[in-house]
Amino acid sequence: MQINIAKKSDAKEQDVTDERIYRDRRSLLKKMGFVGASALLSGSAQADLFDVFSDKKEPGFKVEPLKFKADKQNEAMKQTPEQKATHHNNFYEFGTKKSDPAENAQNFKVNPWQLEVKGAVDKPLTLDYDDLLKSFPLEERIYRLRCVEAWSMVIPWVGFSLASLLTKAGVGSKGKFVKFTTLKSPTQMPGQANRFKGGGIDYPYVEGLTIEEAMNPLTMLAVGIYGKTLPPQNGAPIRLVVPWKYGFKSIKSIVKIELTERQPINSWNQLLPSEYGFYANVNPEVDHPRWSQASERLITSGGLLSRNRIPTLPFNGYAEEVAGLYKGLDLRKNF
Amino acid sequence: MTTDLMKKPLLTMSRKILLFKAFVHISALWIVIDLYYKAINDLLGSDPVKEVIHSTGIGGLNLLLITLAVSPLAKKFKLSWLMRSRRLLGLYAFLYACLHLVSYAAFELQWDLSLLTSEIIKRPYITVGMVVFSLLLMLAVTSPDYCKRKLGKRWQKLHNYNYLIILLVPTHFYWSVKSDVLEPLIYFFMAFVMLYFRRDKIKQMLRKTN
Repeated sequence: MQINIAKKSDAKEQDVTDERIYRDRRSLLKKMGFVGASALLSGSAQADLFDVFSDKKEPGFKVEPLKFKADKQNEAMKQTPEQKATHHNNFYEFGTKKSDPAENAQNFKVNPWQLEVKGAVDKPLTLDYDDLLKSFPLEERIYRLRCVEAWSMVIPWVGFSLASLLTKAGVGSKGKFVKFTTLKSPTQMPGQANRFKGGGIDYPYVEGLTIEEAMNPLTMLAVGIYGKTLPPQNGAPIRLVVPWKYGFKSIKSIVKIELTERQPINSWNQLLPSEYGFYANVNPEVDHPRWSQASERLITSGGLLSRNRIPTLPFNGYAEEVAGLYKGLDLRKNF
Repeated sequence: MTTDLMKKPLLTMSRKILLFKAFVHISALWIVIDLYYKAINDLLGSDPVKEVIHSTGIGGLNLLLITLAVSPLAKKFKLSWLMRSRRLLGLYAFLYACLHLVSYAAFELQWDLSLLTSEIIKRPYITVGMVVFSLLLMLAVTSPDYCKRKLGKRWQKLHNYNYLIILLVPTHFYWSVKSDVLEPLIYFFMAFVMLYFRRDKIKQMLRKTN
């Protein structure tokens, strides 16, 4: 007999998708479609249906289906609809509005790609586009994603543990931190070419983790989402996912992973040090200076009237797995 | 007979006012109805809550700017019918401000009133927003002709608070964004343009208070 002991972070009964509601929403959309074509100007769920009426060319980017091991343990979690997760992105390289990346990133080139793994590793590596998808067995992981702006999503990522890659490169004793860098390509990324479009960030975008955080089995490199390769607005071709930290830690479109002796300066911390720290662990007790972090709005299907405000959990609900990493650290100071 | 027709103005003053007011009612209400209809039916992008709060806020600010543009335009082009429709525009700015605040409380905070109270106290940009709302409420309440007559000279003094409001609203906006400051800066610029039209009056006001 198999006995399942539930971890705190496992899906709960209330997270289960109500398939009927989800389907109803779609059919409602279809029924209304031709009555109000303009009704879908802002990122419609039925873009293809209205291509006749609009000259929007989206989506131009082709995603491919992936083979992976499904996340059976969390399959009951109510996922954010794919359309929402792929049209509500903070990726300032493509503009500061949530809808900008889906609009501006469709011509982004991900193949060829080069991801360098270097610094204090035994064996520096360079992975090309195919290596990213084929070097490690891919698995699905359904994680909560908590943005520092107090909204959240539930997203099925596809990828592998960062630890697998770091182990392959050989982690010596010198590397205390891992520094990640996004591609810099102002011709493809309008936010990097114009200060106002990019929100004032000093590009390329940089993030960092301690080596212990990087080696934690929850920390993953994602190459896919919803069973397919990542669309560019979600960080194609490869991005970091650290589910117990605020979303800005999960850096997108990575070209460089370096093991360093010193703590790297991450981009948001550099821009606004009083508002964004290095650790950025999800913590309902430490407010952002300009808003409360005690609760969040979970973005799922459902309109204005859905009651989607939920309490924020310490470490985004992954305390059991990661709280030990921070023993003796003052999380109020090290926010 | 044709000459008779030519002599008569195509539209009388009261007709012009009526038509313009009808236009204001229809467009201001249509925008709101359309917005909430889409938001409720989840047709407004990924996060209808944020969209509704943002759109009503920006809509209110746009209406305030339009309201402030009325008197310079009416003076320049001698459009007294426009001047006589100004109050309606101001009242719609107030309606949008109400919707903005109520949507924040109802859909963002979902009636967590203790959170609302603590946010108003703790977050400067929300404090500024509430100050603006109180001022707008005061102006809306004193907008009927009856109040105008009763208040006499003080009415104009009271309604000069619009010049403060038009600077506080972009401040509230600027303070609320993460680092994408372009749009708030454009609104600051437009606010200064509106104040520039009234530079003599404002200089006088400042001299009196000093």
